[in-house]
Formats: sequence, structure tokens, C-alpha cells
Amino acid sequence: MKDLRRYYFFACMLLIWGMLLAGCATEHRFINKVKFKGTNSIIVTFAGPVEDGWAKNISNYAAYEKPDPDIRLKIARVSLSPDKRTVTLTFEDELNQQQAHILSVKDIISEGKSQGTAFLTVKKLYFGYLFSILIGAMIIGNFVFTKYLGLCVFFGTSQKKTTAIGMGITFTIVIVFASMMSWFLYQFVLKPFRLDFLQIVVFIGLVSLSVQAVDTILRKVNPALFKAFGVYLVLVIANCIVIAVPLLLADNEYNAWESLMLAIGAGLGFLIALFLMSCVRERLEISNVPHTYRGLPIAFIVAGLFALAFMGFSGMVIF
Amino acid sequence: MAETKKTSSQLVINGLLAENPIFRLALSMCPAVGISTTIMNGLLLGIAVLFVQVASSCTIAAIKDYIHPRIRIPTYTLTIATWVTVIDLVLAAYMPVAYKAMGIFVKLIVAFAIITMRLETFAAKNRVGPSFWDGIGMGLGFMFAMMTLGFVRELLGAGTLFGHDILGFRPLLFFVLPAAGFFCVGFMMAIFNYMEIVFKRVKHKKVQG
Repeated sequence: MKDLRRYYFFACMLLIWGMLLAGCATEHRFINKVKFKGTNSIIVTFAGPVEDGWAKNISNYAAYEKPDPDIRLKIARVSLSPDKRTVTLTFEDELNQQQAHILSVKDIISEGKSQGTAFLTVKKLYFGYLFSILIGAMIIGNFVFTKYLGLCVFFGTSQKKTTAIGMGITFTIVIVFASMMSWFLYQFVLKPFRLDFLQIVVFIGLVSLSVQAVDTILRKVNPALFKAFGVYLVLVIANCIVIAVPLLLADNEYNAWESLMLAIGAGLGFLIALFLMSCVRERLEISNVPHTYRGLPIAFIVAGLFALAFMGFSGMVIF
Repeated sequence: MAETKKTSSQLVINGLLAENPIFRLALSMCPAVGISTTIMNGLLLGIAVLFVQVASSCTIAAIKDYIHPRIRIPTYTLTIATWVTVIDLVLAAYMPVAYKAMGIFVKLIVAFAIITMRLETFAAKNRVGPSFWDGIGMGLGFMFAMMTLGFVRELLGAGTLFGHDILGFRPLLFFVLPAAGFFCVGFMMAIFNYMEIVFKRVKHKKVQG
């Protein structure tokens, strides 16, 4: 029991350390906070008072949406708060707050000294944003019903409710593990050394390795759990979601928290899809289906109906 | 090891009909549902799969004697991943528009069960020649299935073929919707099942008569 606790502690520490590393990397040391205000302004809070003349010069600021750096957003006016620590930038047009914005602040001058140029990422209320990624991956952009991934395993393991739940849980654990590892490797090894083109080779290797690792750890730490879920581990490798999520993380340049949320969302979304499907298929077993449609064909048509239902969620915006 | 005695044409026909990857073996369904909206997408992904299947079949058939049986699956995976990287970079460089339309699916060829399965059941037991033809057969079978789905969906959904207007109107707009991929595959499988039943009945009658 003591050993088990040590494992958990170690895993938690590792996770927290990773998150901190990710959180600190982008911020500038002289800037405390950046956030959206209202529909068309951004507030920047500095660590110390800044010079009046510098702060009010519009040409010191440039802002753009993260996906298109070429389109600079027009700044209408700049105002400085009385304690000279907070600058409010008002834009001519409304900001699309679903997107992350990059704000560059040139040669910050505070009390006669230059503090260097800062590139800041402005995002919406952070926990709301994370939650929207989670729900987005789980329901709105469900990987099975709206992105059509992982179908082989989906149709293979959705015949019984117990199998479906077992597969869903195993899959969620593995995908969180695998995508956090591949996120780490991509951000700290592949990107700095310009090895992006090796993505596919590295990710598929990493996924197989982490499945093997989960297998070994589970066998030692919790044999009862292994007995229940071990069978599904082999199937996880054959699931394309488990390789699609690391690729998506790499494409979208998500940070650690966002990656974690996407991975959990993808796993839970798969669990939901499997559960819904298995409920229907248990009933199909006892119903009178035309002979040519028995088995897979009718399952595909049921999945199509589910996909139509899930289309109702598309375009939904949370926060 | 039981080496196959089939000729090259038999191997190709086998991949196209008797062991068609999508309709018969029911493997690699994701692209069949996801991007079979136009016949062009089907053709391009088919070419990509054909290339990866042939290249990795030949590679594995050539080096099979040097692979330790214990690590054969990781070896297959890495071989496939290498060839997928090649086709991914080539498509991204020379066909950026089509590549964008296919999205993440080109990269996901690496997880297609059909390729690993063919390596395990065929290429690991045969010489390079038959493996090459088996790869061609499987790749063509996949391409054929994808193009059939693309044909049905594009013709019924948008009334066009290869982007050219054929019908002049849109009979069933529903078929361009992504969700219709599931229905289309389901109907196709049912048709294949029906054909099998009819075929068996005819054969049965012949035997009796």
C-alpha cells in the first residue's frame, strides 16, 4: 500500500512540474497579466509603473490573431491608468475572442530603463477555455460521430455494455498517458531540433510504448484491474484516435493544460459513443433485422443516425 | 512457411473482390466514412494507401529473415510509419489543395489495420514478387471501394463527378453530409451480403440441377 502511494505521489509531482514548465515559458517577466475586456479591448498589467510617453504611443503595440500573423488588428486608442501600471488598448473592430491573440509590446520603458520587447498570448477566461476544449472534444466534436475516427474498434467492441465500458475506460487512461508524453516530446525535443517531419514515426512508436507501459504498470500495481481491462489494451493500438490526438496537439500548438483537456475529452467522448452504441446493439440482437442487414450493416446505419443526432451540437459555443 | 502458389493476376483479383479491405474484411472504415464525399478524394487516398501498402509489403518481404519474431509488430509499425511520412511529405509538397481536403487522414494511414494485417498474414511469409502483387491487389481493392463510395455520394449528393456537373440537379443533398458516410457504407455492405446470398443460391441450384 505504501508503495502504491509513492507511485501516485511521484506521478503527480511529474505532472505538476510539467504544467509549471509549460505555464512559465511564454510570459514576459515584466508583465503580470493580460486579458480581454468587453468586446473590443485588451488590458495589460505591468509589474511596475511605465513611462507616460512610451505607453501612449500606439506604434509600440501590435496585435493579431494567432492563426494569421499577417493581419494586424487596428488599435483605436491607448489609455494609461493613474498608477501607470495598467494599459487599456481599445481596438477599432470587435475581437473574435474564441481565438487566442498575440500582442507584441515593443521596448517597454519603465522608470528610464528598457525592459525589452514582450510577446503576449491573450486568451479568454482560462478555465472556461479549458472547459470548452473538454466539451468540444467530448460532445460537439465527438471523435467517433463527427470526426469518423476509431471506427474499427468502435464497431468491434460495442456489442455488449460491459465490454463497451471496459474498453472506454482503458482507452481514456491510455490516451491521456500517450498524448501527454507525445506532447512533451514534441514541444521539447522535436520542435527545438527541427525534427517535425518525424512526427508520425515518433508518435506511433510512443503510443505502442505507452500501451506496453500501462500494461506492465497495471499488471504490477493492480492485478484485479488488469484482469478486468487487460484484454482491451491490445485493441487500443489499433484505434486511430490514439494517434490522431497527438497529431492534433502538434498541429494546434496546444499547451500542457489544453492538451490534457483534449485527451480527456477524446477519451470520454469515445466512452460515451461506445456506451450509446452498445445500448442500441443489445436491443438489435433481439429484434427482427432483415437477413442481409444483420451484423455490421445495421450497426453502420445506427451509427449514421447517431451521427445525425450529434450534428445538432455543431456550431454550439460554450463561454 | 506456406508460400502462396497464386499467380500475380489471381492475387490482384483477390484483393479487389474476394478480400476487399473495406466491404469484405471490414477493415479501415474510418476513411471510408470520413472523406469519401467525392470520387477525387477516394482516388487520392487510394493512391496513397496503394503506395504505402506496396512499399511496406516489399520492404518487409525483403528483410523478413532478419527480423526477430518477438519484435515483428513494432518493426511493421515503424516501416509503415516511414513510408507514410514519405507519402505525407510528397502530397503536402505537390498537391497542397487535395492534401488539405484529406486533412489528417493521410497521416492516419499509419493506423490502418489493413496494412499491418497484410504484412503479418502475407508479406512475412512470401517472397518479394508475390508480396508486391498482393500489395497492389489490396491497394487497388481499397481504392476501388473508396471510389465506389465516392461515386455514389458525389453523384447522389452533389450531382457531379470529378467536379463536373453530370445531372444538373441534386437528387439527395443528404449524401454530401458527413453523417451519410455511415449510411452509405451500411447500404453497400448490405448489397454485398445480398449478392453473396444470390450467388450461393445460384450455385446451389446448379449443384442440384
